[in-house]
Amino acid sequence: MSTTSVDLQSHGQAAGHAAAHHDDPHHQHHFTTMEQQFDTSKIGMWLFLATEVLLFGGLFVGFGMMQARYPQEFVEAHTHLVRWQGSLNTVVLLISSFTMVLAVTAAKKSQKSKQVLFLSLTIVCAVIFLIVKYFEYAHKWEEGWLPGKYYSYKADPIPACTITPGPPTAAATTPAPNAQPCTNGYSTFFSFYFMMTGLHGIHILAGIGVLTWLLIRARRGEFSASYYTPVDLVGLYWHLVDLIWIYLFPLYYLIQ
Amino acid sequence: MSNHTETPAASAAAHEHEHGGVAIYAKTLIALLFLTAITIAAASFNFGQGNVVIALAIATMKGSLVVLFFMHLRWDKPVNRIIAMAGFLFLGIFIAFCLLDFNSRNNYVPQNMHPTVIPLAPGTAPAGAVERTNPAALAAEGEKK
Repeated sequence: MSTTSVDLQSHGQAAGHAAAHHDDPHHQHHFTTMEQQFDTSKIGMWLFLATEVLLFGGLFVGFGMMQARYPQEFVEAHTHLVRWQGSLNTVVLLISSFTMVLAVTAAKKSQKSKQVLFLSLTIVCAVIFLIVKYFEYAHKWEEGWLPGKYYSYKADPIPACTITPGPPTAAATTPAPNAQPCTNGYSTFFSFYFMMTGLHGIHILAGIGVLTWLLIRARRGEFSASYYTPVDLVGLYWHLVDLIWIYLFPLYYLIQ
Repeated sequence: MSNHTETPAASAAAHEHEHGGVAIYAKTLIALLFLTAITIAAASFNFGQGNVVIALAIATMKGSLVVLFFMHLRWDKPVNRIIAMAGFLFLGIFIAFCLLDFNSRNNYVPQNMHPTVIPLAPGTAPAGAVERTNPAALAAEGEKK
């Protein structure tokens, strides 16, 4: 069988490594070597990240279309976002990506105390991000800058429409003579804002969850040069969350 | 990078330990913070359509730095690079075809959502109200085109 020959070959070629890894408790029996096991996990993670790119991609396309549909309203609505808060969160997430990559490096070098330190710093950054996000959301909630039909802010240059489901009514198609135009643009902006930053925030929350799990395992000294797959894969996930924010930040906080 | 295909699997793992390093990650972080400062500064100028192009170009540069250095794709196995590139390729196809579709339409309001009109209080009809009584979306469309 070809499997057997590969097995023999790898034993022959990498006698030192294979012998060292053979008794590794993390080595699952259906993988020939630890390297094969690691590479398989990594391919799986990259496939997951590709689906994440497409998940957020759909929302970005929707946002772009609605921005082209309501250019004036989107520019006016974006002034309600606080630019320094978005900038602060960008810096916090970039630093957290840096501490995450240092945690992965520490795991590869079997440095336990550094793993614990940098994983903790990454979690601290994630929590700071969510605290800033809380203040942003709370402010929008108070002012009525909410998605869709919950939008209740009254001081916009063009009044907000009441959106009614179903086919157009006679009143809508032939308005009264003393009627003025209205817009769905502001509420659409905040629908996308809450959907996209909210989904991103859920990813941050999930990230805090898995980082805490890593921290507990790192404190037990479970990760070393011979086995650091979970740290590496969570690192990839965390950088993707950072990558998504890199696009969210200019599109929401900096549009003109 | 062709070393990967030639070296045995076991030494490839040892090989991977040598890549990256704190100095490279620190430089990447500094570049990312610098680009963030540039994109914030650029947003305070009005380049018209250029603003969104500049913002997305800088975001793409930042994203590339994250993917290549922090996510190790620069040193990763070709199969992982292919998967990552495939994800972005199909996102590009998605965006391109949606923009083609969008640009060929003149009314973007979905069938189940329509703008209604808010009646003014009697006697407060603004000047030009009669001209502005067309359904809001169509009127706004006409002005923009």
